[in-house]
Amino acid sequence: MKAKFLVPLLLFFGLAGFLAFGLTLNPREVPSPLIDKPAPNFRLARLDQPEQTFTLEDMRGQVWLLNVWASWCVACRQEHPLLVRMAEQKLVPVVGLAYKEVRGDGAISTRGMSLEAETAMAVERGRRWLADHGNPYVVSVMDIDGRVGIDFGVYGVPETFLIDREGRIRYKHIGPITPESLQTQIMPKVEELRRAG
Amino acid sequence: MPADPKRSRSILSSLRRTLGVGVLAVLMASPLHAATADAGPATVPAGIATASDPGVAPAVAADPRLEADMMELSHKLRCLVCQNQSIAESNAPLAVDLRNQVREQLAAGKDKDDVIDYLVERYGDFVLYEPPFNAATGLLWVGPFALLLAGAGWLAWRLRRRRGEIAADGALSAADRERARALLAGGGDAASNPASPESRK
Repeated sequence: MKAKFLVPLLLFFGLAGFLAFGLTLNPREVPSPLIDKPAPNFRLARLDQPEQTFTLEDMRGQVWLLNVWASWCVACRQEHPLLVRMAEQKLVPVVGLAYKEVRGDGAISTRGMSLEAETAMAVERGRRWLADHGNPYVVSVMDIDGRVGIDFGVYGVPETFLIDREGRIRYKHIGPITPESLQTQIMPKVEELRRAG
Repeated sequence: MPADPKRSRSILSSLRRTLGVGVLAVLMASPLHAATADAGPATVPAGIATASDPGVAPAVAADPRLEADMMELSHKLRCLVCQNQSIAESNAPLAVDLRNQVREQLAAGKDKDDVIDYLVERYGDFVLYEPPFNAATGLLWVGPFALLLAGAGWLAWRLRRRRGEIAADGALSAADRERARALLAGGGDAASNPASPESRK
């Protein structure tokens, strides 16, 4: 009968356990429903050659990363040196998605701005940023209005998608890539996908 | 009691301050100020949405019914940036984009379920303010009612058992009766009482 007195205590520890587990979760990281699904196709103008377009199909047959970036994104600055190092070591090809380069910048008003003018501005800003910080991308494409971002379920910058040879999204990394996440999460998955194909 | 001049002065000055702030607020809301703010949009700090901010959805659909539908849907969709707001309430740029998407798709003749499916495909169930009932959320939906039922069941069981116990205890033996009578008569001895609280366990 004595054990009865332990019941509230055990209930308390159970509840505390749940709450402690809750503290380890990051509510900002919303799991993507697109994992293992075909990546949404896109056709976007290239940053280096705006008169040419680039599509998902152009990367078919390769395991690659799609990195969502913008020159106004502070966290991108944090991960950028790592991307540059990855490019130097030729770890995995990275395609850049320049997300809402102009209209995403809160300091710029795009009201009354034509799409052509906005695109020209995005080209200028994007190129300048890559010239300043280094260009780790095999190619960058411009998502001027963020539509492709919505198709990929992007809700913040930076985000990085790992895409396999068949064009399926296999992993999504939310926030800046860190050396640790590269080593423990991304590269092992890249290797695995390369072996699988 | 004489009024404290210092105190009344401070009340006056705070009143003046309040009035001043009110006048300032009126000035700021006036079209004149809006016009000057437009002249220098770069002075608006980034991230603060004002009515003249390009980040706020400018296009209100021409059709008021469409706009009402859009708002109704938007209230059911969670903004992924400000997670405790719906995309109808949030002025985060993503919420504006998503509202535009909702409006555009409704205008294109899609029905509401299609639009919701479109967003769930991209952002997952998380985008729904009201989580759907499925294997992952079953416990969440059913849990409170299950707990309530379990509690009520346990209480009913306890009460019934207790009633049985009382009924059983209620049958007094002749010795009990004798002791009770002695206690009532004032001759009881607590030390010799076998039914003292400590000994009951």
